[in-house]
Amino acid sequence: MADLPPPVQGPTAKEKKYDRQLRLWGATGQAALENAHILLINSGPGVVGLETLKNLVLPGIGKFTIQDSAIVSEADLGVNFFLEEQQLGRFRAEATSSLLKELNPDVEGYFVTEPVESFLTRPDSLMPYTLILVTAPIRPELLSQLSAHADASLIPLLYIHSVGFYSHFSIHLPPAFPVVDTHPDPETTGDLRLLKPWQDLLEYATAKTKGMEAMGAEDHGHVPYIALLLHYLEKWKQEHGGEPPKEYKEKTAFRDILSKAARTDNPEGGEENFDEAVAAVLKSLNSPEPSSAVKDIFKRKESLALSAESASFWVIANAIGLFYAKYGVLPLPGSVPDMKARSADYIELQNVYKSKARKDLAEVVENVRFIERSSNRPTTIEEKDIEAFCKNAAHIKLIEGRPFHVVEAGQPIKWGDKAKWMAQNLASLFPDYLLPLYIAFLAWDEFAATHDKDGLGGAPKVPGETDQQFDSEKTTGIALKILDDLVKDAKASLDEDELSTVRTQTSDFVQELVRAGGAELHNISALTGGLISQEVIKIITEQYIPVDNTCIFDGIRSKTAVIQV
Amino acid sequence: MAEGTATTLENGIAVSRARWKYLDNILNRSGPFTDPDSFEPGETIAESLARAKVLVIGAGGLGCEILKNLALSGFKDIHVIDMDTIDVSNLNRQFLFRQADVGSYKADVAAKFVEKRVKGVKITPYCGKIQDKDEEYYMQFAMVVCGLDSIEARRWINATLVGMVDEENPDSMKPLVDGGTEGFKGQARVIFPTMTSCIECQLDMHAPRAAVPLCTLATIPRQPQHCIEWAHIIAWDEERKDITLDTDDPEHITWLYQKALKRAQEFNISGVTYSMTQGVVKNIIPAIASTNAIVAASCCNEAFKIATNTNPFLGYPGTDNYMMYTGDESIYTYTFEHQKKADCPVCNPDALARPLTVSTALTLQEFRDTLAEKPELQLKKTSIRSEAKTLYYVQPASLEEQTRHNLDKKLSELVEDGEEVAITDPAFPTLVFKYKLTFN
Ligand SMILES: [Zn+2]
Repeated sequence: MADLPPPVQGPTAKEKKYDRQLRLWGATGQAALENAHILLINSGPGVVGLETLKNLVLPGIGKFTIQDSAIVSEADLGVNFFLEEQQLGRFRAEATSSLLKELNPDVEGYFVTEPVESFLTRPDSLMPYTLILVTAPIRPELLSQLSAHADASLIPLLYIHSVGFYSHFSIHLPPAFPVVDTHPDPETTGDLRLLKPWQDLLEYATAKTKGMEAMGAEDHGHVPYIALLLHYLEKWKQEHGGEPPKEYKEKTAFRDILSKAARTDNPEGGEENFDEAVAAVLKSLNSPEPSSAVKDIFKRKESLALSAESASFWVIANAIGLFYAKYGVLPLPGSVPDMKARSADYIELQNVYKSKARKDLAEVVENVRFIERSSNRPTTIEEKDIEAFCKNAAHIKLIEGRPFHVVEAGQPIKWGDKAKWMAQNLASLFPDYLLPLYIAFLAWDEFAATHDKDGLGGAPKVPGETDQQFDSEKTTGIALKILDDLVKDAKASLDEDELSTVRTQTSDFVQELVRAGGAELHNISALTGGLISQEVIKIITEQYIPVDNTCIFDGIRSKTAVIQV
Repeated sequence: MAEGTATTLENGIAVSRARWKYLDNILNRSGPFTDPDSFEPGETIAESLARAKVLVIGAGGLGCEILKNLALSGFKDIHVIDMDTIDVSNLNRQFLFRQADVGSYKADVAAKFVEKRVKGVKITPYCGKIQDKDEEYYMQFAMVVCGLDSIEARRWINATLVGMVDEENPDSMKPLVDGGTEGFKGQARVIFPTMTSCIECQLDMHAPRAAVPLCTLATIPRQPQHCIEWAHIIAWDEERKDITLDTDDPEHITWLYQKALKRAQEFNISGVTYSMTQGVVKNIIPAIASTNAIVAASCCNEAFKIATNTNPFLGYPGTDNYMMYTGDESIYTYTFEHQKKADCPVCNPDALARPLTVSTALTLQEFRDTLAEKPELQLKKTSIRSEAKTLYYVQPASLEEQTRHNLDKKLSELVEDGEEVAITDPAFPTLVFKYKLTFN
């Protein structure tokens, strides 16, 4: 009995538990999470790192390890949810790790109580981890060491502050971090190729619009809008020397033709398929030119100079680059939005798009196989990976990871090619970038780098722990020096008013940071842990688009800013 | 407060003030943005925080986070309302629940867990509906923090809190902090009833998804979702009308899935899966721990600032009151002041009727269907009366029966051009939505 549906494969226990997230990142994203091992190097009150891990343990990260040499104190119990009264006096790493593990029996949790200084001196101590989170304060030489490891091993590293009402994190990604599955908004990113139709599509449109004037109301109201657009485009081209409507004015004129073509002598006073055609004019009548960011990917050295070891991303990028060079368009994605149409007509249209997409894919696959042979690649790239790339080729994203600033005592910040942008935006006094707050965090780090709790070079002392007034002045001084150095570095000239406003903003942010005296507020750490865990998920699953490369949160005005440093 | 001083609380648990060392840095120190007129650093703030009674509505994804955050922000007297029990699909984000808790009431389990973890906090659960409680109950709270997935419940509590405001009594104004999430997106907003824009003013920011027309489901399905909706809305009633559909019953979902799959095959449509069937039928919204953490913490951060004045908060009249969050493409927030609407039926019950143009072809029932989808209305069980007569009443049953025959009549036969209609819905018993109808 051929028409009986196959037996139901009900969801597994795991699919049931993770149902709400699998709808976002699917089984491949979930598998990537389950293969990850995250290291948290914890310090300070230690809340933000744990709140981050909480949001990774819940969706089922494979393993986590907490490095923390602190002992659970009374103050920890007032701010950290993953500690209990009876754990007072025990190692914080052990206590927090065991309470986090309770959240999800699928996750393995480990801890290291050895001080970070000696932990990092052991060779290979960082080897097991696929991503590292490190919270401030930390000695600059240790942070540099981690940064060097991130560089050498291509392991993502995140550096995190949560101080009073403010927080910050910077992400150090590998120099080329490509994302294929960016999940673009389907509403705004469809590619229907109406200005570059192929033979089968034109034939479809001709067949569906044949004798349209004589059609009955039902038939006329069910001509798929893509066929309508192509039909009227052909007419337009005949009257305009073969050219489609290009300028905005021409497009609105074309739109008027479509609206007038709809029949209005019916109870609804119009036709839905024509409404859809009218609505699609401005959105869909664009030449399918890829963005310059995508074209740049084809031209990058990783894509052009392929070797047997090249990542599959670059092999496919090269193959699609060849396709683009030949046809001037990307492979067709092949999806069609829903529209008013009869079932059979719509399915037929879907098949026209799907078979073209399959044809394009076959050509890209052929290119890939050719590259594989000529570069002696030991393994073949799976066709489903090539297909995913073709489907989303217009929206692939390449993030060029870079190290973040590590503040060294007495050393000026190296702003590099970002100095100009920073100085210009400081001068514009546009508050939404929160640049003065970023500078305040750098000053906070420099204070911590030059002070320690016991005067013996042990744990860093952060501003405001004991003397709010004194530390405020000192840290403000550091911040204003960083600001002046930046302005000099950028060879920017800020006028007196601009400079004095930026100085006031910076010193206000410093004072608010120092007020906290190194305290984390649970809300700010929970919020920041939410942001960071989301970025970690995006990085590990290689889906959606991660922050590039620094995010700042202002919990007083409830605003975030993302900047590149 | 000196370190090491033990405070004995109502429930007899002694907790050293040293525990609040970090929080006290903020409570005991001024900052560059604190308002000296409203913020006097010192121990009275910690005391008033401990005394402030806060109501949390919802103990789900947002609610679990909110309870934890408020307890670790120094609030000591927290109440929580939730009518739901724990499902296994909650465990990927609702971190106060374990496998063994599945089936228990969320409010109960959440309250016990946080009380046990954060010593000195008292959490009073109520396992039921917000509609069970009256004004007197809501009057006892200093503020309400809402983490709900239902628009209807939000609108109800919003209308209730706005309606409670008595100009003679400043204590009758209860700030409402509300959060909501969907996948990587969310929002946090603060409402000072009668002073700022309210949830009803902001309703059109969350437009409902347009329903697929019935004729598409019945005759020309094109998408796998159309086949599932057909099984759900049409096939079930035709073949199993004696059985009440329970979307949590796997046998029921399986039946719908198989029906939908068969129909899809008849029309050559691919893509019907069990998971999609479940998603469509239960209207499942993707949800993750990260977004809940962000939105809940933003709400609690505002609640904390409102309760302590330790820094300016959202919702102060004339300033930003709404933070929109998007996290799928980098991180983006938009924080702005949503303006109060002059014709909001909650903020201004005496507002003039809103103008509305309708087609003469519409029947009364079709008109009611449009009311469910109108972004600023979203009413599903509407009763309608014109200036002259009752057109349709959903209840009581006798009146429903008397007016049912009007549903198939053309609206233009029942109402004069330019006439006002009053629309009500039993979900919001205190509200009347007035429209002045013009026919085209
Ligand atoms: Zn309102």
